[in-house]
Amino acid sequence: MDIQTWTWILVGITFALYIGIAIWSRAGSTKEFYVAGGGVSPLANGLATAADWMSAASFISMAGLISFNGYDGSVYLMGWTGGYVLLALLLAPYLRKFGKFTVPDFIGDRYYSNTARSVAVFCALLVSFTYVAGQMRGVGLVFSRFLEVDINTGVIIGMIIVLFYAVLGGMKGITYTQVAQYCVLIFAFMVPAIFISIQMTGNAIPQLGFGGADQNGVYLLDKLDGLHQQLGFAEYTSGSKSTLDVFFITAALMVGTAGLPHVIVRFFTVKKVSDARKSAGWALLFIAILYTTAPAIAVFARTNLIETVNNKEYVKMPRWFSSWEETELISFEDKNNDGRIQYLGDPVKNELTIDRDIMVLANPEIAKLPNWVIALVAAGGLAAALSTAAGLLLVISSSVSHDLIKKMIKPDISEKEELVVARLSAVVAVCVAGYFGINPPDFVAATVALAFGLAAASFFPAIILGIFNKKLNKQGAIAGMTVGILLMLFYMTKFKFDWFGGGTKEDWWFGISPEGFGTVAMITNFVIALVVSKFSPDPPEDVQELVENIRIPSGVSES
Amino acid sequence: MENKSHIAYWKTNLKYLTILLAIWFLVSFVFGILLVDELNVIRMGGFKLGFWFAQQGSIYVFVILIFVYIRLMNNLDKKHNLND
Repeated sequence: MDIQTWTWILVGITFALYIGIAIWSRAGSTKEFYVAGGGVSPLANGLATAADWMSAASFISMAGLISFNGYDGSVYLMGWTGGYVLLALLLAPYLRKFGKFTVPDFIGDRYYSNTARSVAVFCALLVSFTYVAGQMRGVGLVFSRFLEVDINTGVIIGMIIVLFYAVLGGMKGITYTQVAQYCVLIFAFMVPAIFISIQMTGNAIPQLGFGGADQNGVYLLDKLDGLHQQLGFAEYTSGSKSTLDVFFITAALMVGTAGLPHVIVRFFTVKKVSDARKSAGWALLFIAILYTTAPAIAVFARTNLIETVNNKEYVKMPRWFSSWEETELISFEDKNNDGRIQYLGDPVKNELTIDRDIMVLANPEIAKLPNWVIALVAAGGLAAALSTAAGLLLVISSSVSHDLIKKMIKPDISEKEELVVARLSAVVAVCVAGYFGINPPDFVAATVALAFGLAAASFFPAIILGIFNKKLNKQGAIAGMTVGILLMLFYMTKFKFDWFGGGTKEDWWFGISPEGFGTVAMITNFVIALVVSKFSPDPPEDVQELVENIRIPSGVSES
Repeated sequence: MENKSHIAYWKTNLKYLTILLAIWFLVSFVFGILLVDELNVIRMGGFKLGFWFAQQGSIYVFVILIFVYIRLMNNLDKKHNLND
């Protein structure tokens, strides 16, 4: 069977599975809609968190990014996993003990202020919308390449599926579809990786394989460093970014991960505090399977790519080359008219441009794997994009129905009405996300990475201080969050969109890139919150008691 | 804090956090970033050690850290009769 038939079959089966789960797990109450009734097992929550977390970016783009950046790509590997240590140790158990529905819930109650709650709602919406648009685009990309439908039709199909289970099942539906989606995506990621690892190094475990040697006994990484040197690229195993910038970007990604509302909210869905810790452990374990494989894929793909294309005749390129050319993600310009492809580090002589996003998607084809494996990757990419999109849409809809309407605008709303509002806001959110997926504004790609900076600059300090410093008051928290997020927005718009006079790399403050600036904004938030708090009245007695309460799990005698 | 048991619980928790987060910082920021060039001189099979910490080792340690914390805290909960 050809690739396209296989893809239709596999995508069809997985989509039918997601819809089946959605029908089975309809939400009947707001508690089920927001936090799946609070009774999810730690293992299921770990699986769901892993799928929620690993987006189209992790599945499709990350290995490609590492492939093209070598050591510099480590910032994503460490940054996007190290954040879970912070989550498990510093946030998840206490937020579970607090036991409400959303992140703005915590900020609003802990800082006894609807102003703080509004700031939190604004940050949650800003972070989630920038993130979700990228997911819908990823769905469209997979559809257009593998099923040869129009990219917009792909986005609309994706919207209908997400709409179905997010609106019907809320968090409950999302949780159990995410469990299924994790299984699909990890299988789809690992199968080609294992195949290629065996092909190239004879070792079935990719994590060990990329430290192994090829048939001639040359270590793969040494060979790649050699190829890079020969073609004029930077050495693969050492970076070209400054140490300071790598440090700050890693920190911003870690802290941002721990501050992302759609990740935090997952820890509200388990029964008790110890389950919150356990599910963070499971989540990171499941994430680590993909994250430790990605750098191996990056090395295999990079070596394979160079050996397949460099200095080879253009007319003899395999079929995948031309099918990716049609999507304009690969382009070849024969500058010296010798009919061969010169792939070089020097931009003047280089004849081949490759979009890094295709590395994972094209890798099985480059390695000549069977058609069903290639189709599997498409189903996996869709699972990754859909699961993350659903988690984000839930944050958006609960921010509107719970934090805005129930807590601030119309507190006497009935349970039934709130559920209707929650579903309606989910519908609106899907439509907005779909719109951005079809008409992606230029800033989407730039801001998805920066969503982490925004989360780091706003939520992380407010939550940490809320738990570990009971004297921190509302003035401090509001000032810290406001200055933090504005500073981050200023730096990001200045250097990414040329606002406020713009600027180039040379103008970066202390040489820190906008991606790494989240760390600076976070530290600023901490300092301002502590200083302002010092010079204004202590929080009321009952708030201080609340803080002591969330620090300790409830005991046998108390309950 | 309400009572002595709760104060002791929180203090022990903070001690665990300090130790585990120190290791977290060491394997990622120190081994993977600050000392990467120094460690790259040492080789482990086909891997340079600093590169390995940045792309593999730190992630394994992160997973272990969380599971160690789960164990420590479960024991601590038991000791203080907390079972939520």
